[in-house]
Amino acid sequence: MEIKTIGVAGTLESSDIQIMISKGNDGIQIDLDSEVIKAYGDQIKKVITDTLEKFGISNAKVKATDKGALDCVIAARTLAAAQRATETTDKPELEVLQ
Amino acid sequence: MENKVNRELPDNLMSEMNLKPFTSATIGNPEVQRVAPKVRVTAGEDKVVDSLDDVIKNNLKDGMTISFHHHFRNGDFAFNKVMDKIINMGYKDLTLAPSSLTGVMNDKVIEAIKKGVITNIVSSGMRGSLGDFISHGGLKNPVIFRSHGNRARAIEEGDIKIDIAFLGVPVSDPAGNANGQDGDAVFGSLGYALIDAQYADKVVLLTDNIVEYPNTPASIKQDQVDYVVKVDKIGDPDKIGSGATRFTKDPKELKIAQMVNQVIINSPYYKQGFSFQTGSGGAALAVTRYLRQSMLDDGITASFALGGITKPTTDLLAEGLVKKIMDVQDFDKGAAASMAQNKDQQEIDASWYADPHNKGAVVNNLDVAILSALQIDTDFNVNVMTGSDGVIRGAIGGHQDAANAKMTIITAPLVRGRNATVVPSVETVVTPGDSIDVLVTERGIAINPKRQDLIAAFGKVPGLQILDIKELQKMAEGQVGIPKPLEYTDRTVALVEYRDGSIIDTIKQVKD
Amino acid sequence: MTYVKNRLRRTMMFVPGNNPAMVKDAGIYGADSIMLDLEDAVSLTEKDAARMLVYNAIKHVDFGGAEIVVRINGQDTPFYDEDVKAMVKAGVDVIRLPKTESAEMIQKLVKDMEKAEEEYGVEKGSIGVMAAIESAKGVLNTPTIATATPLMMGLAVSGEDYTADMHTHRYPDGRELEFARNMVLQSARAADVYAFDTVFSNMKDTEGFYRETRYIYELGYDGKSLVNPRQIPMVNDVFNPTKEEIENAKNVQNAIREAKAKGSGVISMNGKMVDKPVVAKANRVIETAKASNLIDEEGNYIGE
Repeated sequence: MEIKTIGVAGTLESSDIQIMISKGNDGIQIDLDSEVIKAYGDQIKKVITDTLEKFGISNAKVKATDKGALDCVIAARTLAAAQRATETTDKPELEVLQ
Repeated sequence: MENKVNRELPDNLMSEMNLKPFTSATIGNPEVQRVAPKVRVTAGEDKVVDSLDDVIKNNLKDGMTISFHHHFRNGDFAFNKVMDKIINMGYKDLTLAPSSLTGVMNDKVIEAIKKGVITNIVSSGMRGSLGDFISHGGLKNPVIFRSHGNRARAIEEGDIKIDIAFLGVPVSDPAGNANGQDGDAVFGSLGYALIDAQYADKVVLLTDNIVEYPNTPASIKQDQVDYVVKVDKIGDPDKIGSGATRFTKDPKELKIAQMVNQVIINSPYYKQGFSFQTGSGGAALAVTRYLRQSMLDDGITASFALGGITKPTTDLLAEGLVKKIMDVQDFDKGAAASMAQNKDQQEIDASWYADPHNKGAVVNNLDVAILSALQIDTDFNVNVMTGSDGVIRGAIGGHQDAANAKMTIITAPLVRGRNATVVPSVETVVTPGDSIDVLVTERGIAINPKRQDLIAAFGKVPGLQILDIKELQKMAEGQVGIPKPLEYTDRTVALVEYRDGSIIDTIKQVKD
Repeated sequence: MTYVKNRLRRTMMFVPGNNPAMVKDAGIYGADSIMLDLEDAVSLTEKDAARMLVYNAIKHVDFGGAEIVVRINGQDTPFYDEDVKAMVKAGVDVIRLPKTESAEMIQKLVKDMEKAEEEYGVEKGSIGVMAAIESAKGVLNTPTIATATPLMMGLAVSGEDYTADMHTHRYPDGRELEFARNMVLQSARAADVYAFDTVFSNMKDTEGFYRETRYIYELGYDGKSLVNPRQIPMVNDVFNPTKEEIENAKNVQNAIREAKAKGSGVISMNGKMVDKPVVAKANRVIETAKASNLIDEEGNYIGE
């Protein structure tokens, strides 16, 4: 899946996560900012990576600003940002979500 | 060695500092010896001074212990004024022994540590940049955290020997008769400072308001005071506390508060003349509103309310629903003003409030305590000291002390953001599970299995969802997942004492 | 999750579909139904993200046993098709169609749902529908809307849009809604579906909220739409049956048991025949009393 533009989804409100996806060429590179980075940083990155790979993105830069989001929110926001970045929002790929 | 709440304590530190491990929440009847302060005799003619510098110069020596109170909270001008001078005069190796540390003091404490002025700290707690600094190993010697009751005990028994107490007050007369109720920077009860006034070798009052002799009511009395220092402004009234603590509008906190009220009114303690202590946190405070309605409906009045007091509680006093308030600290102006007006709002000092080693403290007469938690584990152990990242961001306050109530209720949301509140094992044990009876979360309540009587009583209450605390923990884990364990270095940055001075847990330096 | 035609629906709490914090906690307040909103509460630029969030929430969040309703975007919007598909795939309990004006609109929804059910292998007929009535035309067509499909769960009055369509706005006494309220209720009862009243959004006016809730309860509404969890206990309070109503309902149920034991088809109480609506009402009263903890396991009254 080709990234055509910068895709952003999610907010900076409590329990949400803001995901910004842009072009990359060295796998999925995640820059994560989170209050729970020590306890859940790896898990958050895993959910983002899994979601993107399942959607068909294998190279991307991701800036994630987490405000304590649960996994189901992280996956939903990642997919929304990915579809915006690939300009495919009119065809939601819900099967990417578990 | 391991203590009775299964916490590994560092052997070298325990023997070096001659510390005892925590064994039991039961105090028993030990015989203790109290200490007495040194007194420089004076007829009182030379107490009022303009120069704080001279007072410090003539009395403070390297290695001494100095104390402050935290009744001004974030409106405190006394602490920074004194510490600035002490730092500039180049003192070294002081022990800082305040009743607690508030945010406005943080930068100054860090500066003093970095310059070697402060090398030891004993406190109820700390937050923000200072907690962060300590948790990252900023101070060589471990901080000692004590509850308000335990601090009184430690001072009385000489574990803390205060050389000079610097105590800010909103009003004093030239002889040192002072209280917290008059002047611009009022905060009500002087409860925590009264112990310092009684036991420090030198007592220095700082005030912007010297009135005609004799100033009454006198909370601190002239026979205890060495100096009265006149300063421009002792505190910022707007930052000491709001006019009246507001009830939360957060629906989750309200839901928890309603459930707490159900627990209280269905307990065997809810009867004519019962007593309670609520915290100042969102849910705990909102309980007051629901409890008020229940008391009106059932025609029940309380004999006393205890603790840190807010206007909603003094309103109950004015309404006659509460007969007396035993007041160690006031959280808002409404409560402070009420103390000045209502003789049934009794100022109490920290020892009277909660000292485990005296001839009976008010907490021993308490029926119901409502307390909060950063974390609670499946053994009901409570952490109010370290965050889920292991960093110090709290205070024991009266938590261990009030948990002496006949029924101690912990209120906590099941999760905060992505952090579980109900966990398999708390990062830091502050209050032992043995003294906790009920946990109330928005998803249901858990009762300590040793309280079969409460399990029987609440089992019959329709709509009260009773769960095993392990089920609540699993429920929280189901929502947020299993966290990666935090990493610490071997270095101990703080010791957490239980009320009797034994060590209930240690706090390690965090690894980043 | 499968749609259940008859259940207690006193409270339907609106939750903005793009707000993770509110969606996450929606299940703790004891609402009978939770309505996750993809329509008015979500801005045009966030429709795609909200849909995904609600989809995943339905699959993963513990809503505490509440019925899950999703208000999708209207048929005149570009979001409608994907909303229907996503909510069918998620397995929601009920889909609520906004701005319903005709039976055809409901029938189109049902057809679109059937197509999606087939595509995703969801059992046909396992998701209910409800119609939000928000215009004069919608109100006049409620008799056919209510009977448009066997999957119809209920009708809801939507006061804001309706009063705008009527060239008026909301007033405290609610006279401007009188016709719509009665029409919706009448049509719902005639079709044996549920009737829901509109939201009351001034949280400061507790007295006004009680007044309006009592009024719609007396009219015969099944439940009320809510914007704040704090309104849930207030609605339940109004809908709670009295001790006398509970005793009477118990007597009716005893009469049914006696009739069954005797093998008699005729139920009688105090020498009078008990009709079907009375039996249904008794069951509703007991169900409500149980949900509000007014009676214990054995059916004994324990309310104040």
